[in-house]
Amino acid sequence: MIVKQVSVFLENKTGRLNEVTQLLGDAGLNMSAFTIADTSDFGILRLIVSDPDKAKEILKKNKFSVQTTEVILVKSPNRPGGLAKMLNLLQKEDVFIEYMYAFSNSEDTAVIVLRPTDLQKCMDIFQNHRGDFLVQDGQYLF
Amino acid sequence: MIWNEKIECASRSEMEAIQSERLVQTVKRVYHNNESYRRKMQEKGLVPGDIKSVHDLSKLPFTTKADLRDGYPFGMFTTPMSEIVRVHASSGTTGKPTVVGYTRNDLQMWAEVVTRSLSMAGVHQNDIVQVAYGYGLFTGGLGLHYGTENLGATVIPISGGNTDKQILLMQDFGTTVIACTPSYALFLAETMKEMNITPESLQLRVGIFGAEPWSENMRCEIEAKLKIKAIDIYGLSEVIGPGVSCECEHQCGMHVMEDHFIPEIIHPETLESMPPGEKGELVFSTVTKEGMPILRYRTRDLTRLIYDQCECGRTLVRMEKCMGRSDDMLIIRGVNVFPSQIESVLLEMSETEPHYLLIIEREETLDVVNLLVEVQEQFFSDEIKQLESLRKKLTDKIQSTLGISVRVKLVEPKTIERTAGKAKRVIDNRKI
Repeated sequence: MIVKQVSVFLENKTGRLNEVTQLLGDAGLNMSAFTIADTSDFGILRLIVSDPDKAKEILKKNKFSVQTTEVILVKSPNRPGGLAKMLNLLQKEDVFIEYMYAFSNSEDTAVIVLRPTDLQKCMDIFQNHRGDFLVQDGQYLF
Repeated sequence: MIWNEKIECASRSEMEAIQSERLVQTVKRVYHNNESYRRKMQEKGLVPGDIKSVHDLSKLPFTTKADLRDGYPFGMFTTPMSEIVRVHASSGTTGKPTVVGYTRNDLQMWAEVVTRSLSMAGVHQNDIVQVAYGYGLFTGGLGLHYGTENLGATVIPISGGNTDKQILLMQDFGTTVIACTPSYALFLAETMKEMNITPESLQLRVGIFGAEPWSENMRCEIEAKLKIKAIDIYGLSEVIGPGVSCECEHQCGMHVMEDHFIPEIIHPETLESMPPGEKGELVFSTVTKEGMPILRYRTRDLTRLIYDQCECGRTLVRMEKCMGRSDDMLIIRGVNVFPSQIESVLLEMSETEPHYLLIIEREETLDVVNLLVEVQEQFFSDEIKQLESLRKKLTDKIQSTLGISVRVKLVEPKTIERTAGKAKRVIDNRKI
């Protein structure tokens, strides 16, 4: 399924990340996954939250640069070679991945957040292998 | 040695007679040959005949950098292009350079004033002068070059940069005089120290330093580290280039070549002429230039004029080291930078809203510019490579517009302090 990921621009300064999590917590927003991409000067915090639009609004109000990006949520069996199977499929179809990150929320399943260059093409591939990878709407979130 | 004793030691009345005669000619020239000057004089109800002597100077309208910009590129010239034999240019306020043109006679006069400057500094024809100012559109390199040749000394036209080679040539060629920016002189000294080369092993004895402001402390440091006499030379391309004024060996103010460039001090706000000795903005009128004479040009440099005779015997009026500017121009590594230039680069790149802060530091001996730019939502990308490419685009664009490299740092929105009045755009942490 396609979900809205919230991205936040952060300078490399003590306390900035804390501020974001505090704001979201105070607003009763739950984070199910996040990752930070960093360079020497700044980082980009990427979040999957229960209500991305509300998260964006709150962070914006607090002077953060925020953006939402569409990403794909897929699942993979939580065992050796599970992810490789999916990546093989994408490689065969020539899908380029900008970035991805993963979390496992049970013993049998890992959830993967994917940002491919061509979102629709990637979704089509997963649609064709519906049973194997694609997360159904509402599944694995919160 | 005094290169042109008759002029440099003339009495005040002799000097004023020379200035008056030349000023009258120059006013006629610009009035009849240049529309911009003619229009400005007409607005004040002036005709050339109203200017009879140097005492009428204050009747004339001022010329500013904006006038030069409006006339870009050749609109301020007063001779046909066929008589212009060279152009130089310096950075302007809006990305377009300020262009100046020289006739053959202008170049000869320029060489003369640089030769006088070198003589003031104690340079003579047996010296070997390494010109480490940039050669090119910047007036520093070629200005010093032809003045040195005119003096009869040997010139090494090495231009700027390439520090290892600078030091090698100083050692092997027996350089006795170095001409460069004062900050580069310190950088040379540091590099020599790292290479275990002592100043005693070199023949260096004089430095001709200019193109950027520097303090007495910096002079002491350079003199101690390089074991030379550090001489301050002043100039700006709008007037001629280096050689507008220069210190003599007594280092007590820069003698203005006032038979060519008449200095005045005005109040930067009321624009009234200030009495002799008062501090204010320096204004120059050239009285011998043909290609691009300039009348009452506001330099924006703050200083005062000293009319007493100098111990060296010269009577040429002296100007003190410049004590700041009456505008926001910065001089970074010898390059003129206006914050508005950065603003226009940012505006051009639709991705950024011009909320920026320039922080200038002196690291070791070189000026380093950090440019903080706020990342606004409209261009914030979720991908690192987009942000990195934005940073690179900004860095390149500023480098090509300003001619200096800056370190661009992307910062969060609203991190740069806003004040009710004018936004603070520049923090200059250099101790100079």
